[in-house]
Amino acid sequence: MTYIAKPKIDLPGHRTNEIGLYTRDYEGVLSTLCAGCGHDSITAAIVQAFWEMSVPPEKVVKLSGIGCSSKTPAYFISGAHGFNSVHGRMPSVATGAMAGNRDLVCIGVSGDGDSLSIGFGQFGHAVRRNVNMLYIIENNGVYGLTKGQFSASADKGSKSKRGNINQWKNIDSVSTAISMGGSFAARSFSGDREQLVTLIKAGVKHPGCAVLDVVSPCVTFNNHPGSTKSYSYTRDHYHPALQTDFVPPATEIRTAYAEGESTVVELHDGTKLLLKKADSGYDATNRSGVLRYLEQQRARGEVVTGLLFINSELPDMHKIYDTSNKPMKDFEFEQLNPGSEALAKLQNRMR
Amino acid sequence: MSENRVNDFVLKIGTVNGTGSASANSLLMKAMFRMGIPVTGKNLFPSNIQGLPTWYEIRANHQGYMSRSLRVDVMVAMNAQTYQRDLDEVCPGGFFLYDSTWPRERELNRDDITVLGVPLAKLCNEHFSDARVRILMKNIAYVGALAALLDIDTNVLRTLLEEAFANKPKLVESNLKAINLGFNYAKENFVCPLPVRAETMGDNKGFVLMDGNAAAGLGCVYAGATVGAWYPITPSTSLMDSFNFYCEMFRKDSDSGQKNYCIIQAEDELAAAGIVLGANWTGARAFTPTSGPGISLMSEFIGFAYYAEIPSVFFNVQRVGPSTGMPTRTQQCDIMLCAYASHGDTMHPLLLPANPKECFEMAVTAFDLAERLQTPLFVLSDLDIGMNDWMIPELEWDDKYQPDRGKLLSSDDVDQLEKFYRYLDTDGDGIAARTLPGENAKGAYFVRGSGHNKHGAYTESSEEYKELVDRLLTKWATARTLVPKAILKRAQQETTIGIIAYGSSDGAVLEALDQLAASGIHADYMRLRAFPFSRRVNEFVKNHETVFVVEQNRDAQLRSLLILETNTDAAKLIPVLHYNGMPIPSQCVVDGLCKHLKVEAVA
Repeated sequence: MTYIAKPKIDLPGHRTNEIGLYTRDYEGVLSTLCAGCGHDSITAAIVQAFWEMSVPPEKVVKLSGIGCSSKTPAYFISGAHGFNSVHGRMPSVATGAMAGNRDLVCIGVSGDGDSLSIGFGQFGHAVRRNVNMLYIIENNGVYGLTKGQFSASADKGSKSKRGNINQWKNIDSVSTAISMGGSFAARSFSGDREQLVTLIKAGVKHPGCAVLDVVSPCVTFNNHPGSTKSYSYTRDHYHPALQTDFVPPATEIRTAYAEGESTVVELHDGTKLLLKKADSGYDATNRSGVLRYLEQQRARGEVVTGLLFINSELPDMHKIYDTSNKPMKDFEFEQLNPGSEALAKLQNRMR
Repeated sequence: MSENRVNDFVLKIGTVNGTGSASANSLLMKAMFRMGIPVTGKNLFPSNIQGLPTWYEIRANHQGYMSRSLRVDVMVAMNAQTYQRDLDEVCPGGFFLYDSTWPRERELNRDDITVLGVPLAKLCNEHFSDARVRILMKNIAYVGALAALLDIDTNVLRTLLEEAFANKPKLVESNLKAINLGFNYAKENFVCPLPVRAETMGDNKGFVLMDGNAAAGLGCVYAGATVGAWYPITPSTSLMDSFNFYCEMFRKDSDSGQKNYCIIQAEDELAAAGIVLGANWTGARAFTPTSGPGISLMSEFIGFAYYAEIPSVFFNVQRVGPSTGMPTRTQQCDIMLCAYASHGDTMHPLLLPANPKECFEMAVTAFDLAERLQTPLFVLSDLDIGMNDWMIPELEWDDKYQPDRGKLLSSDDVDQLEKFYRYLDTDGDGIAARTLPGENAKGAYFVRGSGHNKHGAYTESSEEYKELVDRLLTKWATARTLVPKAILKRAQQETTIGIIAYGSSDGAVLEALDQLAASGIHADYMRLRAFPFSRRVNEFVKNHETVFVVEQNRDAQLRSLLILETNTDAAKLIPVLHYNGMPIPSQCVVDGLCKHLKVEAVA
């Protein structure tokens, strides 16, 4: 089995979105991942989120590194250009892609090995540059394609399928992203479709690097008792810190909410994110508070989820560089080339 | 005892780095240039910021020879640390100028040269009060002394200072004061001019002084490059500095002030390569300047770009390897690395500029070929070309030029197709059409470094894999017809001897050809300007009994490449190698040929 086109089936009752597309128009080829893999649920959530947001497929670029997670861009939005790069280097390719055409909607899919081991540096620098993209880390704590080694996100004390106990402290992508000056850090669970779809939408609309770590159990190598990335462990320790409602531009906030219990974050395009505090006092815009809270909950072994940190005012890469609003690829050659007269003139100082 | 050497000498200045001697040396060089004398300047500097010895060599040669000469006619020794070795380097009959504020008559003792003591520090201390100014003006004062000794036109010096400090007239005044201090002291104490001297011979109209990195950066601007990604590394850093400088000059929107370019200083060379691939993939012309160590780090991405067929431009300003090597010294040591960079079967076109003018022109060619061939393209320069000052014919630009974007389908083009397949070669030249993201869902495709078939789908099928990599060979054959041709310089007489060289070895070979011809050895010379080699190269090797391959590395890499790629008889190819980190002198070529041909070397 190498490549299987997914049959496009018209199901009765299927609706079109605002630009007349069906959800199937946001699908890709058939997944070759193991049955029950959390990654396939994330793919389904991406399809749903992009369909609901009516993003034109051709405006999307989907990039990835190497690993099980990085296979998934082939499984969604077949009308988008895709780039399955080298191991751990998706962030630099995404940075270049957005440098070349800033109007694209960029989604990068990576894994815990891809982003927290081999690509830890590139992950950090994409966050630091605040490249305008949704950066999903499909986090299963294990190397799947090489059959079960611990990854850098595996918790200390977690047990491998072969019975080894992980001796190393884990790297947490969410607190790492925040401490590196990130503008958006969220965690979700592949088993919580509703939250995941909302966070994907929020991440796409966020004008900067939106890091979304999704706990996504590996059914083959890391779903046994003793693992802290299994379905059952994640469900038992699942702890939404807050609930987020996604309110598209020019839509009123309809949900009633008590003063002081919620925060509204308005993004540049008018999208509003309504952050409802499930834990009393949790404030996703307070960087040091968030880091303290994450550290507390980590000590308790809880899987804290939700839009954990956001600062939509931090400038993205293009704003910092003050690059043209017009995508680089759209400049006419005449606008870029100074011409023969200028060349002659500038050489006067070289004599 | 001293022979007359008018407009044919080497002036070498030894200083301590960080003392501001660069502007003094540039002033000297420009002055001679404006007197119409062909000049080249070579900066021999340490991998250090302050406090270590550094030298600047100016060769003036009325015949226009550009390569490094091994002789030193006039040494200006401003660094007591190196007095002894500087003294030893002066050729018999030459001159040694030093700061005699602290006399060293007994140590500086050579019967066959003339030692000239000028109390530079004393003169400057008497006439300038600020400590930093005194140090800087000491340099300008030796320019003044040399102006008297070498008969350099002081009016030209004055004009140059007035141009340099057009907005700071006070600086013109103080610099002229320092020049006069040195000038007058020399006039009063020595017989001026020396037998080694300059003489106005024209105005060098139509020529400029430029280094290769400045030219290459400018070439990227003219090629329409918009994205530059890099990780700073000697000796390529000034290439991006140049791109940045000219972008600031030409690429800022007059209304908004926004930049029509994007320069990203990456976290490392791996990321720089990734950024270049990403930007080219979305349709910008993007490049990275680096040096050997950077290419090592970028190699994984280079193989990816080869297999996934992503246009990308890599400038490798070569320095001495292996490993960190000697970062501020020159070599031609990466041709093998670049030709086959990355794992698996990979081959990459290389452009081989021999001087800054070609750096400019080939920068433009590189983007055209990268997009035409949809593959990584290397411009292989080196420290000698990139960072030294060369006298070159003025750069020219044809305003009718249009970039070759290759087989790039627009959204409308895609609509005309029944179906778009990214890797399907419909023309038989091994090149398939590409589309840009953001335009048309029908033109979407998936770039991958894993096995893929001609339709762009993932594959593990032996036949499909083979079909695709074989098509890349067809593309390689196309590349052979598109890259710049080698240049043949025939000897004045029929000969069975040939010389092959490339890049910065060119000047040494050209000078050596004349020296050899004068003693009856004639050789045809083929200068390679690109890889893959054209058939012309095959024929050249075939048509000569002995072919000397001149290059600047230990392992005769170009020779190996010729053996691998031209099916030639290896015994015919005689290596002539220079790899001590200094630019190759013509004497090395002369000696190399003479040794093999067993004739007495000509001086």
